[in-house]
Amino acid sequence: MLRIDGAHAFYGHIQALRGVSLDVQEGEIVTLIGANGAGKSTLLMTVCGNPRAAAGEILFRGEDITRWPTHRIARAGIAHAPEGRRIFPRMTVMENLQMGAVAAAEDDARRAARLEHVFGLFPRLAERRFQRGGTLSGGEQQMLAIGRALMSGPKLLLLDEPSLGLAPIMVRTIFDAIATLNREDGLTVFLVEQNAYMALRIAHRGYVMVNGAIAMSGDAAALLADEEVRAAYLDGGHGKIAAGEGGAP
Amino acid sequence: MEYFLQQLINGLTLGAIYGLIAIGYTMVYGIVGMINFAHGEIYMIGAFIAVIAFAILGPLGGGGVVVALLVVLLVSMLLTAVYGWTLERLAYRPLRGSPRLAALISAIGMSIFLQNYVQLAQGARTKAMQPVITGGIEVMKGETFTVTLSYVQIMIMVLTLALMAGFWTVIARTPLGRAQRACEQDRAMAALLGVDVDRTISLTFVIGAALAAVAGTMVVLYYGVIDFFIGFLAGIKAFTAAVLGGIGSIPGAMLGGLLIGLIEAFWSGYFSIEYKDVAAFSILVLVLIFRPSGLLGRPEVEKV
Repeated sequence: MLRIDGAHAFYGHIQALRGVSLDVQEGEIVTLIGANGAGKSTLLMTVCGNPRAAAGEILFRGEDITRWPTHRIARAGIAHAPEGRRIFPRMTVMENLQMGAVAAAEDDARRAARLEHVFGLFPRLAERRFQRGGTLSGGEQQMLAIGRALMSGPKLLLLDEPSLGLAPIMVRTIFDAIATLNREDGLTVFLVEQNAYMALRIAHRGYVMVNGAIAMSGDAAALLADEEVRAAYLDGGHGKIAAGEGGAP
Repeated sequence: MEYFLQQLINGLTLGAIYGLIAIGYTMVYGIVGMINFAHGEIYMIGAFIAVIAFAILGPLGGGGVVVALLVVLLVSMLLTAVYGWTLERLAYRPLRGSPRLAALISAIGMSIFLQNYVQLAQGARTKAMQPVITGGIEVMKGETFTVTLSYVQIMIMVLTLALMAGFWTVIARTPLGRAQRACEQDRAMAALLGVDVDRTISLTFVIGAALAAVAGTMVVLYYGVIDFFIGFLAGIKAFTAAVLGGIGSIPGAMLGGLLIGLIEAFWSGYFSIEYKDVAAFSILVLVLIFRPSGLLGRPEVEKV
C-alpha cells in the first residue's frame, strides 16, 4: 500500500530523514517507534508532501506521490491525524468533522453514514458536536483528530502519537478504537508512537527509528521481546540502539 | 435633532462603504497574515470600471436605471475580481513562505504601480459623472433644517446589508466558507485534509476585490467624482476600520467600518470638516493603546 524508498528530508537546514525505507501492506497496522527527535513525525509529514522528500521515492498504491501537492495526496486516500492533533480551535466538533470529509468527493448519504460510524466509535464526540474544538479536553481532541481523519474514508491512516499527554484510560480507549478499525473495517494504519509497549501490542509489524534512519524492523511480537528494544524503549528506556541499517531481530 | 439625524444617515452611508472595503483587508489578513496595502487601489479600479461601464451603457440606453445599475455593478465586480486574482498571483503567491516583510513591500509596490497604471491609462484629472439616481425622501422637516435620505443612500445601505448577509452566510454555512476558515486557523492542517490552499487564498482575494468593487461603484454614484488617488485615503480608512473592529474578524470589519463612517460624519458635522481624518485616525490610536486586538478581535496569544 505504502512504500518509502530511501527518503531524505530536511527541516530548514537540519536533515531529519537520512534514507528511510519501509513499507506498509494493505490491512496491516505498522508502527514506527523511536526516541523524541528521531524523525518519526517528519517521516509522516514527508509522506504527505510537507516537507517534500529531497531524495528517494514514496509510492502509494503503486503510484509515485513524491512530488504531489499535499491536498492531492489527501484526496488520493491518505488521512493524517498529525502531531499535536491540530484541531481547528474555533470550529465546532461538527465542522471539524465536515472538514475531514473534504478529501472525499462523496454524496451526502455516504457522508452521513461515515459520521454515524465516527460517532459510534467515539460517542463522546456526538455529545460535544456543537462545542468548539478548542474547548475539548486532550483526549476528546485526539478522538476528534482520528474521527476527522476517518471522515474521508481513507485507505491509509497515519497516526502521530495518539497517546501523547493522555491519561492511561484514555490511551486505552484510543488504542482499542485503532485496533477495532483495523480488525473490523480492514483499515490500514501506520502508527508513530513513543509509547512503544502499547503500539507494539496492537501492531502487526514495527520499525525502530534512530537519528533519521531505520535501525531495526520485524514482527511486533518479536520486537516486543527483543532485548535491545526492551532496554531502549520499554524497561525504563535507558539503553541505546545504534543508528544504521539493522536487520530483523 | 434633525441635524443629528442627518449626520447619522450620512455616517451610516459612509460606514457601509468603508465596511465593504474593510472586509477585504480583514479576510486577507486572516488567511495569509499580511496587510494587502494594494486593496485600496483595487477599490479605486472598481470605481473606474464602474465609470467606464456607465459611459458605455449610457448611450446605449434602454432597460432603465435599475437594469443599467445591475449590469454596471456586475461588470465592475467581475473585472475587479480579475484584478484581485491577478494581484495575488503575481505579487503575493511567489513570496509565500518568505518573511512577512517581503510580502508587505510587494503590496506597497503594487499599490504604487496600480495608481500609476490608472493615472497613465485614464489621465490624472478627476472624472466626473452625471448623477444616475437623483431625488430622495424627506424624512423629517424641522423649522430650519430638513432631513433627507436620498435614494442613493438607501440603495447603498440596502445593498451593503444584503451583501454582508450573503457574504456572512457563505462564510458560516458553505463548504467554501468552512475551507476558508480552516485555512485561516491552520493552513498546513487544511492541506492535510485535502483543501487546495492556494485556490482558497485566490478565492479570498476574488471575494475581497468584488466587495471592494461594489464600494467603488457606490462611491461613483454617491459623490460622482473619482480620480486615480482615491484608493489611498479610502484604503487607509478601511484598514483603520478593520483594525478598530479587530483585524481578522469579519463582523469586526463591518462594525469598524460603520464606526469610522459615523465618527467622520459627526466630526465634520459638529466640529470641523478639515479635521475629520484626524478624528478617525485618533480613534485608531486610542484603540491601539487601550485595546490592541480591536473591538471584536481576539488576543494574539491563544491557548490550544
